[in-house]
Amino acid sequence: MDLKELYRDVILDHNKRPRNFGVLAPPATSARGHNPLCGDQLTIYAKVENGIIKELKFEGSGCAISVASASLMTEALTGKTLGQADTLYTQIHALLTHADTPDSTSTVDLGKLAALSGVREFPARVKCASLCWHTLQAALNDPTTPVCTE
Amino acid sequence: MTPHNDRSALAKKFAQYKADFPILSQTIHGKPLVYLDNGASAQRPMAVIDAEQRYATSMHANVHRGVHTLSQRATDAYEGARERVRSFLNAKSSNEIIFTRGTTEAINLVAQSYARPRLGPNDEILITWLEHHANIVPWQMVAAATGAKLVVAPINQAGELDLAAFKSLLSTRTRLVATSHVSNALGTVLPVREIVAAAHAQGVPVLLDGAQAVPHFALDMQELDCDFYVFSGHKLYGPTGIGVLYGREALLEEMPPWQGGGDMILSVSFQGTTYNTLPYKFEAGTPNMSGAVGLAAAIDYVDRIGLADIAEFEQDLLVHATHALTAVAGVRIIGTAADKASLVSFVVDGVHPHDLGTILDQDGIAIRTGHHCAMPVMDFFGLPATARASFAFYNTKAEIDQLATAVASARALFI
Repeated sequence: MDLKELYRDVILDHNKRPRNFGVLAPPATSARGHNPLCGDQLTIYAKVENGIIKELKFEGSGCAISVASASLMTEALTGKTLGQADTLYTQIHALLTHADTPDSTSTVDLGKLAALSGVREFPARVKCASLCWHTLQAALNDPTTPVCTE
Repeated sequence: MTPHNDRSALAKKFAQYKADFPILSQTIHGKPLVYLDNGASAQRPMAVIDAEQRYATSMHANVHRGVHTLSQRATDAYEGARERVRSFLNAKSSNEIIFTRGTTEAINLVAQSYARPRLGPNDEILITWLEHHANIVPWQMVAAATGAKLVVAPINQAGELDLAAFKSLLSTRTRLVATSHVSNALGTVLPVREIVAAAHAQGVPVLLDGAQAVPHFALDMQELDCDFYVFSGHKLYGPTGIGVLYGREALLEEMPPWQGGGDMILSVSFQGTTYNTLPYKFEAGTPNMSGAVGLAAAIDYVDRIGLADIAEFEQDLLVHATHALTAVAGVRIIGTAADKASLVSFVVDGVHPHDLGTILDQDGIAIRTGHHCAMPVMDFFGLPATARASFAFYNTKAEIDQLATAVASARALFI
Protein backbone atom coordinates (compact mmCIF):
# COMPACT_ATOMS: atom_id res chain seq x y z
CA MET A 1 0.00 0.00 0.00
CA ASP A 2 1.23 3.41 -0.89
CA LEU A 3 0.51 6.29 1.44
CA LYS A 4 0.06 8.57 -1.56
CA GLU A 5 -2.96 6.40 -2.48
CA LEU A 6 -4.59 7.48 0.79
CA TYR A 7 -3.26 11.00 1.03
CA ARG A 8 -3.79 12.08 -2.58
CA ASP A 9 -3.19 15.70 -3.47
CA VAL A 10 -6.93 16.41 -3.54
CA ILE A 11 -7.29 15.10 0.01
CA LEU A 12 -4.30 17.07 1.28
CA ASP A 13 -5.59 20.20 -0.43
CA HIS A 14 -9.11 19.92 1.00
CA ASN A 15 -7.66 19.15 4.46
CA LYS A 16 -5.50 22.24 4.38
CA ARG A 17 -8.13 24.49 2.81
CA PRO A 18 -11.55 23.01 3.60
CA ARG A 19 -14.32 24.35 1.34
CA ASN A 20 -17.70 25.44 2.76
CA PHE A 21 -16.34 25.45 6.29
CA GLY A 22 -18.75 27.29 8.57
CA VAL A 23 -22.23 27.49 10.02
CA LEU A 24 -25.70 28.01 8.53
CA ALA A 25 -28.35 29.59 10.76
CA PRO A 26 -31.83 28.04 11.08
CA PRO A 27 -34.08 27.32 9.27
CA ALA A 28 -31.13 25.41 7.76
CA THR A 29 -31.17 21.91 9.16
CA SER A 30 -28.15 20.42 10.91
CA ALA A 31 -26.84 17.27 12.56
CA ARG A 32 -23.82 16.37 14.65
CA GLY A 33 -21.54 13.43 13.99
CA HIS A 34 -18.94 11.90 16.28
CA ASN A 35 -16.28 9.25 15.85
CA PRO A 36 -15.38 8.28 19.42
CA LEU A 37 -12.41 6.19 18.30
CA CYS A 38 -10.39 9.16 17.12
CA GLY A 39 -12.31 12.08 18.54
CA ASP A 40 -13.52 13.44 15.20
CA GLN A 41 -16.51 15.73 15.65
CA LEU A 42 -18.37 17.57 12.94
CA THR A 43 -21.63 19.33 12.32
CA ILE A 44 -23.26 19.41 8.89
CA TYR A 45 -25.60 22.28 7.95
CA ALA A 46 -27.94 22.01 4.97
CA LYS A 47 -30.29 24.59 3.47
CA VAL A 48 -32.84 22.73 1.36
CA GLU A 49 -35.43 24.46 -0.84
CA ASN A 50 -37.95 22.61 -3.03
CA GLY A 51 -35.97 19.40 -2.75
CA ILE A 52 -32.73 21.06 -3.78
CA ILE A 53 -29.67 21.47 -1.53
CA LYS A 54 -29.08 25.19 -1.88
CA GLU A 55 -26.25 25.43 0.63
CA LEU A 56 -24.15 22.87 2.48
CA LYS A 57 -21.60 23.71 5.18
CA PHE A 58 -19.67 21.89 7.87
CA GLU A 59 -17.60 22.66 10.91
CA GLY A 60 -15.70 20.63 13.46
CA SER A 61 -12.34 19.00 13.92
CA GLY A 62 -10.93 15.77 12.64
CA CYS A 63 -8.24 13.98 10.76
CA ALA A 64 -7.31 14.82 7.18
CA ILE A 65 -9.53 12.08 5.77
CA SER A 66 -12.64 13.22 7.62
CA VAL A 67 -12.09 16.92 6.90
CA ALA A 68 -11.34 16.34 3.21
CA SER A 69 -14.29 14.00 2.82
CA ALA A 70 -16.64 16.58 4.33
CA SER A 71 -15.19 19.36 2.21
CA LEU A 72 -15.48 17.32 -0.99
CA MET A 73 -19.01 16.30 -0.07
CA THR A 74 -20.22 19.87 0.38
CA GLU A 75 -18.70 20.81 -2.94
CA ALA A 76 -20.24 17.86 -4.76
CA LEU A 77 -23.75 18.18 -3.38
CA THR A 78 -24.40 21.92 -3.39
CA GLY A 79 -27.16 22.52 -5.97
CA LYS A 80 -28.09 18.83 -6.19
CA THR A 81 -31.50 17.32 -5.48
CA LEU A 82 -32.19 15.19 -2.41
CA GLY A 83 -32.55 12.20 -4.74
CA GLN A 84 -29.11 12.85 -6.21
CA ALA A 85 -27.70 13.17 -2.68
CA ASP A 86 -29.15 9.76 -1.81
CA THR A 87 -27.66 8.17 -4.92
CA LEU A 88 -24.24 9.67 -4.25
CA TYR A 89 -24.39 8.49 -0.64
CA THR A 90 -24.91 4.93 -1.87
CA GLN A 91 -22.12 5.24 -4.41
CA ILE A 92 -19.65 6.62 -1.87
CA HIS A 93 -20.58 3.89 0.57
CA ALA A 94 -19.76 1.31 -2.09
CA LEU A 95 -16.55 3.12 -3.02
CA LEU A 96 -15.33 3.11 0.59
CA THR A 97 -16.25 -0.44 1.51
CA HIS A 98 -16.02 -2.60 -1.64
CA ALA A 99 -12.33 -3.26 -1.79
CA ASP A 100 -12.84 -5.56 -4.79
CA THR A 101 -14.42 -2.92 -7.03
CA PRO A 102 -11.74 -1.25 -9.15
CA ASP A 103 -12.32 2.40 -9.99
CA SER A 104 -12.60 1.70 -13.71
CA THR A 105 -15.67 -0.54 -13.45
CA SER A 106 -17.62 2.23 -11.78
CA THR A 107 -20.21 3.54 -14.19
CA VAL A 108 -20.54 6.83 -12.36
CA ASP A 109 -18.09 9.65 -12.61
CA LEU A 110 -17.44 10.64 -9.02
CA GLY A 111 -15.12 13.46 -10.03
CA LYS A 112 -12.86 14.60 -7.23
CA LEU A 113 -14.65 12.25 -4.82
CA ALA A 114 -12.87 9.35 -6.50
CA ALA A 115 -9.84 10.48 -4.48
CA LEU A 116 -11.52 8.82 -1.49
CA SER A 117 -11.11 5.38 -3.06
CA GLY A 118 -7.67 4.98 -1.46
CA VAL A 119 -9.36 4.81 1.94
CA ARG A 120 -10.72 1.31 1.32
CA GLU A 121 -7.20 -0.10 1.52
CA PHE A 122 -7.03 1.23 5.08
CA PRO A 123 -9.99 -0.39 6.88
CA ALA A 124 -9.26 1.45 10.13
CA ARG A 125 -9.89 4.73 8.31
CA VAL A 126 -13.17 4.02 6.50
CA LYS A 127 -15.16 5.51 9.37
CA CYS A 128 -13.19 8.74 9.06
CA ALA A 129 -14.27 9.16 5.46
CA SER A 130 -17.87 8.04 5.96
CA LEU A 131 -18.70 10.10 9.07
CA CYS A 132 -19.75 13.23 7.17
CA TRP A 133 -21.90 11.22 4.76
CA HIS A 134 -23.81 9.54 7.58
CA THR A 135 -24.14 12.88 9.32
CA LEU A 136 -25.55 14.49 6.18
CA GLN A 137 -28.15 11.73 5.94
CA ALA A 138 -29.11 12.54 9.53
CA ALA A 139 -29.26 16.28 8.83
CA LEU A 140 -31.59 15.66 5.90
CA ASN A 141 -33.73 12.93 7.48
CA ASP A 142 -33.38 12.78 11.25
CA PRO A 143 -31.57 15.82 12.59
CA THR A 144 -32.41 15.11 16.25
CA THR A 145 -30.28 12.00 16.61
CA PRO A 146 -26.52 12.60 16.73
CA VAL A 147 -24.53 10.21 14.55
CA CYS A 148 -21.92 7.98 16.12
CA THR A 149 -19.62 5.68 14.17
CA GLU A 150 -19.35 3.17 16.99
CA MET B 1 19.96 -1.08 42.51
CA THR B 2 22.96 -1.99 40.38
CA PRO B 3 24.87 1.20 39.64
CA HIS B 4 25.35 1.72 35.91
CA ASN B 5 27.76 4.56 35.55
CA ASP B 6 28.45 3.22 32.12
CA ARG B 7 25.28 3.73 30.07
CA SER B 8 26.57 1.49 27.32
CA ALA B 9 26.78 -1.44 29.76
CA LEU B 10 23.09 -0.93 30.52
CA ALA B 11 22.20 -0.66 26.82
CA LYS B 12 24.19 -3.84 26.17
CA LYS B 13 22.35 -5.71 28.90
CA PHE B 14 18.98 -4.69 27.49
CA ALA B 15 19.84 -5.34 23.85
CA GLN B 16 19.56 -9.09 24.53
CA TYR B 17 15.91 -9.19 25.61
CA LYS B 18 14.13 -8.38 22.35
CA ALA B 19 14.96 -11.89 21.13
CA ASP B 20 12.82 -13.31 23.96
CA PHE B 21 9.68 -11.84 22.32
CA PRO B 22 8.79 -13.82 19.17
CA ILE B 23 6.21 -11.28 17.98
CA LEU B 24 8.79 -8.51 17.76
CA SER B 25 10.85 -10.19 15.04
CA GLN B 26 8.26 -9.71 12.27
CA THR B 27 7.93 -7.09 9.59
CA ILE B 28 4.90 -4.83 9.11
CA HIS B 29 4.33 -3.43 5.59
CA GLY B 30 7.79 -4.74 4.77
CA LYS B 31 9.49 -2.85 7.60
CA PRO B 32 10.85 -4.29 10.86
CA LEU B 33 8.22 -3.83 13.55
CA VAL B 34 8.91 -0.99 15.99
CA TYR B 35 6.43 -1.61 18.78
CA LEU B 36 5.85 1.58 20.79
CA ASP B 37 2.34 0.87 22.08
CA ASN B 38 3.38 -0.91 25.26
CA GLY B 39 1.19 1.32 27.41
CA ALA B 40 -1.86 -0.18 25.69
CA SER B 41 -0.57 -3.74 25.87
CA ALA B 42 2.95 -5.06 26.21
CA GLN B 43 4.18 -8.11 24.31
CA ARG B 44 4.78 -11.53 25.85
CA PRO B 45 8.16 -13.22 26.17
CA MET B 46 8.54 -16.89 25.25
CA ALA B 47 8.77 -17.67 28.98
CA VAL B 48 5.15 -16.57 29.41
CA ILE B 49 3.93 -18.34 26.28
CA ASP B 50 5.71 -21.54 27.42
CA ALA B 51 4.29 -21.35 30.93
CA GLU B 52 0.73 -21.08 29.60
CA GLN B 53 1.33 -23.93 27.20
CA ARG B 54 2.86 -26.09 29.94
CA TYR B 55 -0.19 -25.43 32.07
CA ALA B 56 -2.54 -26.38 29.23
CA THR B 57 -0.62 -29.49 28.20
CA SER B 58 0.17 -30.95 31.62
CA MET B 59 -1.71 -29.33 34.49
CA HIS B 60 -5.17 -28.20 33.51
CA ALA B 61 -8.35 -29.24 35.32
CA ASN B 62 -10.70 -27.21 37.49
CA VAL B 63 -9.24 -25.76 40.67
CA HIS B 64 -10.27 -26.22 44.31
CA ARG B 65 -12.65 -29.04 43.40
CA GLY B 66 -11.26 -32.41 42.48
CA VAL B 67 -9.25 -34.93 44.44
CA HIS B 68 -7.68 -36.16 41.24
CA THR B 69 -4.10 -35.39 40.31
CA LEU B 70 -4.74 -32.83 37.59
CA SER B 71 -7.11 -30.82 39.75
CA GLN B 72 -4.43 -30.75 42.43
CA ARG B 73 -1.80 -29.67 39.89
CA ALA B 74 -4.04 -26.91 38.56
CA THR B 75 -4.80 -25.72 42.09
CA ASP B 76 -1.11 -25.74 42.99
CA ALA B 77 -0.26 -23.78 39.84
CA TYR B 78 -3.03 -21.23 40.44
CA GLU B 79 -2.28 -20.76 44.14
CA GLY B 80 1.43 -20.71 43.35
CA ALA B 81 0.74 -17.81 41.00
CA ARG B 82 -1.11 -16.01 43.80
CA GLU B 83 1.87 -16.46 46.11
CA ARG B 84 4.15 -15.17 43.33
CA VAL B 85 2.05 -12.01 43.01
CA ARG B 86 2.13 -11.61 46.79
CA SER B 87 5.92 -11.76 46.91
CA PHE B 88 6.19 -9.44 43.88
CA LEU B 89 4.09 -6.82 45.67
CA ASN B 90 5.48 -7.65 49.13
CA ALA B 91 1.95 -7.96 50.45
CA LYS B 92 1.63 -9.39 53.96
CA SER B 93 -0.61 -12.29 53.00
CA SER B 94 -1.78 -14.08 49.88
CA ASN B 95 -5.30 -13.51 51.27
CA GLU B 96 -4.77 -9.95 50.07
CA ILE B 97 -4.32 -10.98 46.44
CA ILE B 98 -7.55 -11.30 44.45
CA PHE B 99 -7.34 -12.33 40.80
CA THR B 100 -9.59 -10.35 38.46
CA ARG B 101 -9.98 -9.98 34.69
CA GLY B 102 -7.86 -6.85 34.85
CA THR B 103 -7.52 -3.38 36.30
CA THR B 104 -11.01 -2.35 35.24
CA GLU B 105 -12.70 -5.28 36.97
CA ALA B 106 -10.59 -4.75 40.09
CA ILE B 107 -11.71 -1.11 40.35
CA ASN B 108 -15.32 -2.10 39.78
CA LEU B 109 -15.03 -4.71 42.52
CA VAL B 110 -13.88 -2.07 45.02
CA ALA B 111 -16.51 0.38 43.77
CA GLN B 112 -19.36 -2.08 44.17
CA SER B 113 -18.22 -4.01 47.24
CA TYR B 114 -16.33 -1.40 49.26
CA ALA B 115 -17.76 1.98 48.25
CA ARG B 116 -21.36 1.36 47.32
CA PRO B 117 -22.56 -0.13 50.64
CA ARG B 118 -20.76 2.58 52.64
CA LEU B 119 -21.56 5.77 50.73
CA GLY B 120 -24.56 8.04 50.95
CA PRO B 121 -25.54 11.58 50.05
CA ASN B 122 -22.93 14.17 51.10
CA ASP B 123 -20.14 11.59 50.94
CA GLU B 124 -17.35 12.23 48.47
CA ILE B 125 -14.99 10.14 46.36
CA LEU B 126 -11.83 12.05 45.48
CA ILE B 127 -10.07 11.30 42.19
CA THR B 128 -7.72 13.35 39.99
CA TRP B 129 -7.98 14.94 36.56
CA LEU B 130 -5.46 12.41 35.23
CA GLU B 131 -7.61 9.32 35.52
CA HIS B 132 -8.28 6.70 32.86
CA HIS B 133 -12.01 6.23 32.25
CA ALA B 134 -11.74 2.97 34.23
CA ASN B 135 -11.00 5.03 37.35
CA ILE B 136 -13.80 7.53 36.66
CA VAL B 137 -16.86 5.66 35.43
CA PRO B 138 -17.10 3.03 38.23
CA TRP B 139 -17.15 5.88 40.77
CA GLN B 140 -19.75 7.78 38.76
CA MET B 141 -21.89 4.65 38.86
CA VAL B 142 -21.50 4.41 42.65
CA ALA B 143 -22.22 8.12 42.99
CA ALA B 144 -25.39 7.78 40.93
CA ALA B 145 -26.55 4.84 43.05
CA THR B 146 -25.78 6.37 46.45
CA GLY B 147 -26.10 10.14 46.00
CA ALA B 148 -22.39 10.56 46.76
CA LYS B 149 -20.34 13.12 44.89
CA LEU B 150 -17.28 12.67 42.69
CA VAL B 151 -14.66 15.33 43.43
CA VAL B 152 -11.78 15.87 41.00
CA ALA B 153 -8.38 17.23 42.06
CA PRO B 154 -6.89 19.58 39.42
CA ILE B 155 -3.63 19.34 37.48
CA ASN B 156 -1.23 21.98 36.17
CA GLN B 157 -0.08 22.71 32.61
CA ALA B 158 2.75 20.19 32.95
CA GLY B 159 0.19 17.50 33.66
CA GLU B 160 1.17 17.18 37.32
CA LEU B 161 -1.29 16.78 40.15
CA ASP B 162 -1.79 19.99 42.14
CA LEU B 163 -0.96 18.36 45.47
CA ALA B 164 -1.94 21.40 47.56
CA ALA B 165 -5.35 21.50 45.86
CA PHE B 166 -5.69 17.76 46.32
CA LYS B 167 -5.04 18.11 50.06
CA SER B 168 -7.50 20.97 50.35
CA LEU B 169 -10.19 18.81 48.69
CA LEU B 170 -9.70 16.08 51.30
CA SER B 171 -12.40 16.68 53.87
CA THR B 172 -14.50 14.97 56.50
CA ARG B 173 -16.88 14.10 53.66
CA THR B 174 -14.18 12.22 51.70
CA ARG B 175 -14.75 8.48 52.05
CA LEU B 176 -12.29 7.19 49.48
CA VAL B 177 -9.40 8.44 47.36
CA ALA B 178 -8.90 6.71 44.00
CA THR B 179 -5.97 7.82 41.87
CA SER B 180 -3.68 6.53 39.18
CA HIS B 181 -0.08 5.82 40.15
CA VAL B 182 1.07 6.73 36.62
CA SER B 183 -1.08 8.64 34.11
CA ASN B 184 -1.72 6.52 31.02
CA ALA B 185 -2.25 9.54 28.78
CA LEU B 186 0.74 11.65 29.84
CA GLY B 187 3.13 9.41 31.76
CA THR B 188 3.05 11.57 34.91
CA VAL B 189 4.09 9.68 38.05
CA LEU B 190 1.82 10.84 40.84
CA PRO B 191 3.17 11.57 44.34
CA VAL B 192 1.40 8.53 45.77
CA ARG B 193 3.28 8.48 49.07
CA GLU B 194 2.17 12.04 49.85
CA ILE B 195 -1.35 11.21 48.66
CA VAL B 196 -1.56 8.15 50.92
CA ALA B 197 -0.11 10.05 53.91
CA ALA B 198 -2.52 12.98 53.47
CA ALA B 199 -5.54 10.71 53.05
CA HIS B 200 -4.61 8.47 55.97
CA ALA B 201 -4.14 11.54 58.18
CA GLN B 202 -7.86 12.09 57.62
CA GLY B 203 -8.68 8.41 58.01
CA VAL B 204 -9.50 8.03 54.30
CA PRO B 205 -8.50 4.83 52.47
CA VAL B 206 -6.69 5.03 49.12
CA LEU B 207 -6.99 2.96 45.94
CA LEU B 208 -4.08 3.23 43.51
CA ASP B 209 -4.54 2.33 39.84
CA GLY B 210 -1.16 0.83 39.03
CA ALA B 211 -1.89 -0.35 35.47
CA GLN B 212 0.82 1.94 34.06
CA ALA B 213 3.16 1.74 37.05
CA VAL B 214 3.70 -1.99 37.56
CA PRO B 215 5.75 -2.53 34.36
CA HIS B 216 8.10 0.33 35.18
CA PHE B 217 9.26 0.16 38.80
CA ALA B 218 9.35 -2.13 41.82
CA LEU B 219 6.50 -1.96 44.31
CA ASP B 220 6.16 -2.75 47.98
CA MET B 221 2.64 -2.70 49.36
CA GLN B 222 3.78 -2.53 52.97
CA GLU B 223 6.04 0.43 52.27
CA LEU B 224 3.50 2.15 49.99
CA ASP B 225 0.83 1.64 52.67
CA CYS B 226 -2.11 2.06 50.27
CA ASP B 227 -5.38 0.22 50.95
CA PHE B 228 -6.09 -1.07 47.45
CA TYR B 229 -3.73 -1.49 44.48
CA VAL B 230 -4.87 -2.73 41.08
CA PHE B 231 -3.11 -3.72 37.86
CA SER B 232 -3.41 -5.82 34.69
CA GLY B 233 -1.26 -8.74 33.60
CA HIS B 234 -1.06 -7.76 29.94
CA LYS B 235 0.74 -4.49 30.59
CA LEU B 236 3.35 -6.45 32.56
CA TYR B 237 4.28 -8.73 29.62
CA GLY B 238 1.68 -11.26 30.77
CA PRO B 239 -1.57 -12.54 29.27
CA THR B 240 -4.80 -10.58 28.81
CA GLY B 241 -7.82 -11.40 30.95
CA ILE B 242 -5.89 -11.59 34.21
CA GLY B 243 -5.37 -8.79 36.70
CA VAL B 244 -4.90 -8.25 40.38
CA LEU B 245 -6.65 -6.51 43.21
CA TYR B 246 -4.43 -6.11 46.24
CA GLY B 247 -6.49 -5.12 49.28
CA ARG B 248 -5.62 -4.64 52.91
CA GLU B 249 -6.87 -7.83 54.57
CA ALA B 250 -8.94 -6.07 57.25
CA LEU B 251 -10.82 -4.11 54.57
CA LEU B 252 -11.38 -7.15 52.33
CA GLU B 253 -12.72 -9.06 55.36
CA GLU B 254 -15.35 -6.36 55.92
CA MET B 255 -16.45 -6.27 52.28
CA PRO B 256 -19.36 -8.35 51.02
CA PRO B 257 -18.81 -10.58 47.97
CA TRP B 258 -19.34 -8.79 44.65
CA GLN B 259 -20.35 -11.68 42.43
CA GLY B 260 -22.02 -14.88 43.57
CA GLY B 261 -21.33 -18.36 42.27
CA GLY B 262 -19.14 -21.38 42.71
CA ASP B 263 -15.84 -21.22 44.60
CA MET B 264 -16.87 -18.17 46.63
CA ILE B 265 -19.05 -20.24 49.02
CA LEU B 266 -18.49 -22.69 51.85
CA SER B 267 -22.03 -24.04 51.90
CA VAL B 268 -25.23 -23.29 50.03
CA SER B 269 -28.82 -24.14 50.88
CA PHE B 270 -32.04 -22.45 49.89
CA GLN B 271 -32.20 -21.03 53.42
CA GLY B 272 -28.89 -19.28 53.04
CA THR B 273 -25.28 -19.39 52.00
CA THR B 274 -22.03 -19.21 53.94
CA TYR B 275 -19.39 -17.34 51.99
CA ASN B 276 -15.89 -18.63 51.54
CA THR B 277 -12.90 -16.99 53.19
CA LEU B 278 -10.39 -14.67 51.54
CA PRO B 279 -9.32 -14.58 48.81
CA TYR B 280 -11.91 -16.98 47.35
CA LYS B 281 -14.85 -14.85 48.54
CA PHE B 282 -14.13 -12.50 45.63
CA GLU B 283 -13.44 -15.13 42.96
CA ALA B 284 -16.80 -16.52 41.92
CA GLY B 285 -16.74 -19.08 39.13
CA THR B 286 -13.83 -20.92 37.55
CA PRO B 287 -10.97 -18.42 37.47
CA ASN B 288 -8.43 -17.74 34.71
CA MET B 289 -5.84 -20.28 35.86
CA SER B 290 -3.88 -20.20 32.63
CA GLY B 291 -3.74 -16.39 32.83
CA ALA B 292 -2.59 -16.48 36.45
CA VAL B 293 0.18 -18.95 35.59
CA GLY B 294 1.21 -16.72 32.66
CA LEU B 295 1.23 -13.65 34.91
CA ALA B 296 3.45 -15.44 37.45
CA ALA B 297 5.83 -16.34 34.62
CA ALA B 298 5.86 -12.70 33.49
CA ILE B 299 6.71 -11.61 37.03
CA ASP B 300 9.52 -14.17 37.18
CA TYR B 301 10.81 -12.90 33.84
CA VAL B 302 10.71 -9.23 34.84
CA ASP B 303 12.27 -9.98 38.23
CA ARG B 304 15.13 -11.83 36.59
CA ILE B 305 15.94 -8.72 34.57
CA GLY B 306 15.41 -6.53 37.63
CA LEU B 307 12.90 -3.71 37.89
CA ALA B 308 15.54 -1.32 39.21
CA ASP B 309 17.57 -1.80 36.02
CA ILE B 310 14.39 -1.61 33.91
CA ALA B 311 13.50 1.72 35.55
CA GLU B 312 16.98 3.10 34.90
CA PHE B 313 17.11 1.92 31.29
CA GLU B 314 13.60 3.16 30.50
CA GLN B 315 14.36 6.58 31.97
CA ASP B 316 17.28 6.72 29.54
CA LEU B 317 14.85 5.92 26.69
CA LEU B 318 12.44 8.59 27.94
CA VAL B 319 15.11 11.28 27.98
CA HIS B 320 16.25 10.25 24.50
CA ALA B 321 12.69 10.25 23.14
CA THR B 322 11.92 13.61 24.69
CA HIS B 323 14.97 15.15 23.03
CA ALA B 324 14.47 13.40 19.69
CA LEU B 325 10.81 14.40 19.38
CA THR B 326 11.33 17.94 20.65
CA ALA B 327 13.95 18.35 17.92
CA VAL B 328 11.33 17.67 15.21
CA ALA B 329 9.82 20.95 13.96
CA GLY B 330 6.15 21.28 14.83
CA VAL B 331 6.15 18.66 17.60
CA ARG B 332 4.79 19.62 21.02
CA ILE B 333 5.02 17.20 23.94
CA ILE B 334 1.88 17.03 26.05
CA GLY B 335 2.69 16.19 29.66
CA THR B 336 6.01 17.57 30.83
CA ALA B 337 5.95 16.46 34.45
CA ALA B 338 9.27 16.30 36.30
CA ASP B 339 8.61 12.66 37.18
CA LYS B 340 7.40 10.55 34.24
CA ALA B 341 7.29 6.91 33.28
CA SER B 342 8.66 5.99 29.86
CA LEU B 343 5.95 7.31 27.59
CA VAL B 344 5.63 10.44 25.49
CA SER B 345 2.33 11.96 24.43
CA PHE B 346 2.67 14.51 21.67
CA VAL B 347 0.93 16.45 18.91
CA VAL B 348 2.32 17.54 15.55
CA ASP B 349 1.37 20.91 14.15
CA GLY B 350 -0.77 20.40 11.02
CA VAL B 351 -0.98 16.60 11.34
CA HIS B 352 -3.93 15.01 13.10
CA PRO B 353 -2.83 12.17 15.43
CA HIS B 354 -5.02 9.70 13.55
CA ASP B 355 -3.28 10.49 10.26
CA LEU B 356 0.08 10.25 12.01
CA GLY B 357 -0.83 6.79 13.32
CA THR B 358 -1.63 5.53 9.82
CA ILE B 359 1.51 7.03 8.33
CA LEU B 360 3.81 5.61 11.03
CA ASP B 361 2.18 2.20 10.64
CA GLN B 362 3.31 2.16 7.00
CA ASP B 363 6.84 2.45 8.40
CA GLY B 364 6.22 -0.48 10.74
CA ILE B 365 5.96 1.81 13.77
CA ALA B 366 3.05 1.09 16.14
CA ILE B 367 1.93 3.94 18.38
CA ARG B 368 -1.38 4.78 20.03
CA THR B 369 -3.40 7.70 18.76
CA GLY B 370 -6.63 9.03 20.21
CA HIS B 371 -7.91 10.14 23.58
CA HIS B 372 -6.31 7.19 25.46
CA CYS B 373 -9.55 6.59 27.39
CA ALA B 374 -8.75 9.77 29.30
CA MET B 375 -11.05 12.34 27.69
CA PRO B 376 -10.90 14.77 30.66
CA VAL B 377 -7.11 15.00 30.23
CA MET B 378 -7.58 15.75 26.51
CA ASP B 379 -10.20 18.40 27.36
CA PHE B 380 -7.82 19.98 29.88
CA PHE B 381 -5.24 20.53 27.12
CA GLY B 382 -7.92 21.49 24.58
CA LEU B 383 -7.04 18.57 22.31
CA PRO B 384 -9.27 15.93 20.71
CA ALA B 385 -6.42 13.44 20.68
CA THR B 386 -2.67 12.96 20.95
CA ALA B 387 -0.12 10.49 19.61
CA ARG B 388 1.48 8.39 22.33
CA ALA B 389 4.70 6.41 22.13
CA SER B 390 5.11 4.19 25.19
CA PHE B 391 8.36 2.34 25.72
CA ALA B 392 9.30 -1.04 27.11
CA PHE B 393 12.76 -2.34 28.05
CA TYR B 394 12.98 -4.13 24.69
CA ASN B 395 12.85 -0.82 22.81
CA THR B 396 16.02 0.92 21.69
CA LYS B 397 17.27 4.43 21.04
CA ALA B 398 17.61 3.49 17.37
CA GLU B 399 13.86 2.73 17.28
CA ILE B 400 13.13 6.09 18.90
CA ASP B 401 15.27 7.79 16.24
CA GLN B 402 13.22 5.98 13.58
CA LEU B 403 10.08 7.33 15.22
CA ALA B 404 11.39 10.89 15.16
CA THR B 405 12.42 10.59 11.51
CA ALA B 406 9.02 9.16 10.55
CA VAL B 407 7.20 11.95 12.42
CA ALA B 408 9.27 14.52 10.52
CA SER B 409 8.39 12.92 7.16
CA ALA B 410 4.70 12.76 8.10
CA ARG B 411 4.75 16.47 8.77
CA ALA B 412 6.48 17.10 5.47
CA LEU B 413 3.57 15.36 3.73
CA PHE B 414 1.07 17.76 5.24
CA ILE B 415 2.81 21.14 4.96
